[in-house]
Amino acid sequence: MVAQLLPEFERQHPGVHVRVQQLPWTAAHEKLLTAFVGDSTPDIAQLGNTWIPEFAELGAIAPLDARVAASPAVPREDYFPGIWESNFVDGTQFGVPWYVDTRVLFYRADLVRRAGCPDPPRTWARWEQCLAGVKRVAGAGNYAILLPLNEFAPLTALALQQDDPILADGGRRGNFRSPGFRRALSFYVSLFDQGLAPTATDTQISNVWDEFGKGYFSYYVSGPWNIGEFRRRLPPSLQQDWRTAPLPGPTGPGTSVAGGSSLVVFRASRHPEAAWQLVEYLSRIDVQERFRQLTGDLPPRRSAWDAPVLAADREAHAFREQLERVRPMPRVPEWEHIADEIQIVSSLAVHGRLSVEEAAAELDRRVDAMLEKRRWMLARRRSAP
Amino acid sequence: MSANARPLAGARLAAWILAGPALVVLAVFFAFPVVAAFALSLTDFDVYAIADLRNLRWVGLANYGALLSTPLFWTALGNTLYFVVVGVPLSIGLSLAAALALHSRLARWKAFFRTALFAPVVTTVVGVAVIWRYLLHTRYGWINYVLGTVGIDPIDWLGDPHWSMPSIIVFAVWKNFGYNMIILLAALQAIPDDLYEAARIDGASALQQLRHITLPSLGPVLLMVSILTLSGYFQLFAEPYVMTQGGPLQSTVSVLYLMFEQGFKWWNLGTASAVAFLLFAILLALTTSLLRLARGRGAS
Repeated sequence: MVAQLLPEFERQHPGVHVRVQQLPWTAAHEKLLTAFVGDSTPDIAQLGNTWIPEFAELGAIAPLDARVAASPAVPREDYFPGIWESNFVDGTQFGVPWYVDTRVLFYRADLVRRAGCPDPPRTWARWEQCLAGVKRVAGAGNYAILLPLNEFAPLTALALQQDDPILADGGRRGNFRSPGFRRALSFYVSLFDQGLAPTATDTQISNVWDEFGKGYFSYYVSGPWNIGEFRRRLPPSLQQDWRTAPLPGPTGPGTSVAGGSSLVVFRASRHPEAAWQLVEYLSRIDVQERFRQLTGDLPPRRSAWDAPVLAADREAHAFREQLERVRPMPRVPEWEHIADEIQIVSSLAVHGRLSVEEAAAELDRRVDAMLEKRRWMLARRRSAP
Repeated sequence: MSANARPLAGARLAAWILAGPALVVLAVFFAFPVVAAFALSLTDFDVYAIADLRNLRWVGLANYGALLSTPLFWTALGNTLYFVVVGVPLSIGLSLAAALALHSRLARWKAFFRTALFAPVVTTVVGVAVIWRYLLHTRYGWINYVLGTVGIDPIDWLGDPHWSMPSIIVFAVWKNFGYNMIILLAALQAIPDDLYEAARIDGASALQQLRHITLPSLGPVLLMVSILTLSGYFQLFAEPYVMTQGGPLQSTVSVLYLMFEQGFKWWNLGTASAVAFLLFAILLALTTSLLRLARGRGAS
């Protein structure tokens, strides 16, 4: 898709030729890591923003603070703050947001109206009432909300809504026994305990759109790619009946995860100037709008959201609102492994194998063990001259 | 003596020269990687070490110690043993039954059934896993539908931690039994007919023939098939990887799956190598004792 944006860049920058190599998302991380070991990194790449701390730690990607400060093409105040922040590691910027990803609520407007919840819930308490209402009207065998047990994002979003950070001590230790995380986990587990959410993974529900259409669940916490999927896969008769809304929070509108993808320049690049020019070009509002039309990916700049098509898109609107309230996930190289453990241990709690207290302690134990190397490295770095 | 020593030395040299190329290949592609992997398992090689080798720590046997005190390792080992203990006899039993049925004089359309029963072996795991996921689907799967007709409530095959491993076992056995079936069928066909003829003249029943002629004649082949199946089943990976991703509640995480996650998902290559060597030690111990057992039986 990006390839279609490049001819204009090459026209504006004679002498620069861009070769694009496409990588499937699932293989990209491994491939880029191998490229780094083999000294054959590209000049510029798109990196999931949760990978940035790892590649920064490796010394594979270049700091961009000076370039961003000097560039009028990347105006910091136009970017959603949480997304912008996710590109910083220990105060240094390593990426420029390219497109965004977060989680919002997808819901069946017709069913929640019947349950007495015409307006999207803003608080956890109201949300719980609505879920209970939906469960009552949904019929036997159906549920109120789908929270796939193989996804860490919904629970992570609830945890980011708390005042306590997920990791403590500068990312050296887990902070899962904090009141905040325990509150998020008990709320999450209670949705399963009350029979409002099925204890199922994505793979067990072979077709979420089909099930959503049948009313198996009426709320679903999911990301921007599902706007396109819902439009494509739900029958025309249901197209007026699905909506999106920002996530509810403990006491008011809630925070969600600041995911997405960023543009980075590799340290080993032999054309850092041209690479940065490409970053600037891809950050242009008109280019971002074209990219959105090509892929459906949502832009990280507020002014790109003023484009007529996007501004008129009803289902995208919840994302626009949510993006003002997103927080980066913990920025340590181990995060993806930690997220995996959060998902595993929380399913143990959902299945009743662990209480919330035990799950929190278990998470702290596992994550502290995982971060041992990081603690050792940070201690050594501080003592080094 | 001295007259004898020279030709012997020459022969030795010739032997080394002839075996040399093969030994070099073995050393480069087998011995060296094994030694390197063992050395790796004594370090904490990870992403940080990729960044800078000074971040590499020599940890001795700490990886092994940490693994042996990690509940997940024991879970994985327990899951793998469950898979092996149930899966291997089931697989060989089914292979033997199918081979006997195909070998029987009464069987019709032998070529068709032989091909049909062997077909799962040549399919790709990923492809048939999709079909099996539909068969096993809680609400729309055929298996629950059939069970429903006899009044059994739907079972969440891949979502319930008690049923996930049995589902994986059934899937793996279905996928693999055809291979052993072909080997056993060939062995059955090699048993001379005179033995059965003589037994029938002596008035042996079909069961007695099976017990005293067929099974003893198959002995060596059964031993080989058991060892191959045992070591193959210990390396359980693809089935849980495509069917359950190790879930639910890590009830289908196998030892090899654990190694894959540690090594290629989280890049803890030191830990992953340690897992590999532990699995190697277990397999070596098991197959050696199996061989010993068989040899002891053979002698008596």
